[in-house]
Amino acid sequence: MRCQICKENEATIHLTEITDGLRNEMHLCELCAEEEGITIKSQVSINELLSSLLAAKPTDEELLGDSERKLSCPRCGFTLEQFHKKGLLGCPYDYEVFDKILSVLIEKAHDGQTVHRGKVPSKTPTQMKSQIELLDLRRQLDAAVKSEDYEKAAKLRDKINQIEN
Amino acid sequence: MKLTDISGDINEWFSGSGPLADVVISSRIRLARNLAGHKFLSRCSASERSAILKELRDVLMPLELGDKIFYISVDKAPVLDRSFLVERYLISRHHAEGRGPRGVVIAQREFFTAMINEEDHLRIQVLKAGLQLSQCAEQMNHIDDAIEQKVDYAFSPRYGYLTACPTNLGTGIRVSVMLHLPALKMTDQIEKFFNAARDMNLAVRGLFGEGTEAAGDFYQISNQATLGVSEADIISQFENAIIPDIAEYEKAARTLLLSKQLDVLDDKISRAMALLGNAHLISSQEALFLLSHLRMGINMHEYMGASTPAIKRLCTQSQQDDDTDKTGGVSIATINRLFMLTLPAHLQLNYGKPLDPTHRDILRAKIIRSELASG
Repeated sequence: MRCQICKENEATIHLTEITDGLRNEMHLCELCAEEEGITIKSQVSINELLSSLLAAKPTDEELLGDSERKLSCPRCGFTLEQFHKKGLLGCPYDYEVFDKILSVLIEKAHDGQTVHRGKVPSKTPTQMKSQIELLDLRRQLDAAVKSEDYEKAAKLRDKINQIEN
Repeated sequence: MKLTDISGDINEWFSGSGPLADVVISSRIRLARNLAGHKFLSRCSASERSAILKELRDVLMPLELGDKIFYISVDKAPVLDRSFLVERYLISRHHAEGRGPRGVVIAQREFFTAMINEEDHLRIQVLKAGLQLSQCAEQMNHIDDAIEQKVDYAFSPRYGYLTACPTNLGTGIRVSVMLHLPALKMTDQIEKFFNAARDMNLAVRGLFGEGTEAAGDFYQISNQATLGVSEADIISQFENAIIPDIAEYEKAARTLLLSKQLDVLDDKISRAMALLGNAHLISSQEALFLLSHLRMGINMHEYMGASTPAIKRLCTQSQQDDDTDKTGGVSIATINRLFMLTLPAHLQLNYGKPLDPTHRDILRAKIIRSELASG
């Protein structure tokens, strides 16, 4: 696709703007985008950038650009750079702050699993317990659908609906 | 309690008893836990670490475990004591070499230890002799429940128990089984075991040796994934499939040695007896290597009824020619004692002071000669 402005270079930046419900698409080359005052960084969220870098198996240097260094945990001040050095997190809340990047690592480290199964502290509030049960049922539902066990899937779906209502 | 109260003998889980004891040394279950409302240790100041240490120590010390409990302040312990605790599997090397306020709570019979401020706030483990993972899990679960009554663990519905390293997330469980696999090594099949373990995403490492080196043919096999698979499923997989299969392979290799490689087998056992019975200087690594062959010989005699010339001499005759009263040969208990009591820190602690490597090698050789002579 050619750039909409110069109509010469290949368009490498694709913007979709929705204003008052109206959708407006722009396809620009890097030079024209810069002249229009559009920079790449401002259009991509830090987390998206991190996870796309991670998906492309980045080297240490690639993973830790300036923007990534800026992300820090409001509770413990921890940054991804520190995680990369030690492989250890700063506080339990880091799992939420750095979820986008951690979830990819976690899935890799645990044979593709992403949700806890097993012991739950007995003191856990009832509401959280049903949340955990729902997460587990959804995981089982996914597995049932994947293995084309639709009878089991239907039962699981009914059970999920029952808890949700 | 002093460490010398336990250093003179082996611990329960190294006693050579329990299910599949000819191949499985011991079963261990470890849980990683962190306190809610605290940072993980890498972000904690010394005073925060002290507060966590105090809180957990106060919860752990009154636990009803059916045994005496004692506490060791690891950061204040002498280097030799720390090395002893590592050799004894009461603390990890990481804990021994760590920094800041940290400690360990130990049941005197050594079936339970709790490391405080290791990589996570709390690492609790239960150990038993032979293949007894279900029994470990049951006891571990009771202890974990009792602790949880007094503290709030960091837990999320999606990720389970939250740990400092994302690789321990979820159940926080590490199931480990210590195995003695000399025949697989001797028949050049140990690589198959490594490859099978790797394919199943299990971790294998050597025991007693430096780094990953497996001195004395002891290996530890552990799960790696801790998220998305329940404690019960991991344990059942180990107890009903993985470990019995490995034990069968090792036994098949022992049968192979007996049927097809008798000379190789007897050569190894006879050489081990001769060297251990006569050496005046022996390193820890060499001792482990040779003791392993004797251990296998005795177990082949006890569990398979093997009676090759070398095994017969090892198990039924005294090592001292002039001692005509003794006909019992070397017992498995003696070999197990020698494995543990001749490790460097054990030697020095029992001797009463630090020794340089040469003097350790002299003392080690002397103890081995004397124990083998008395059976």
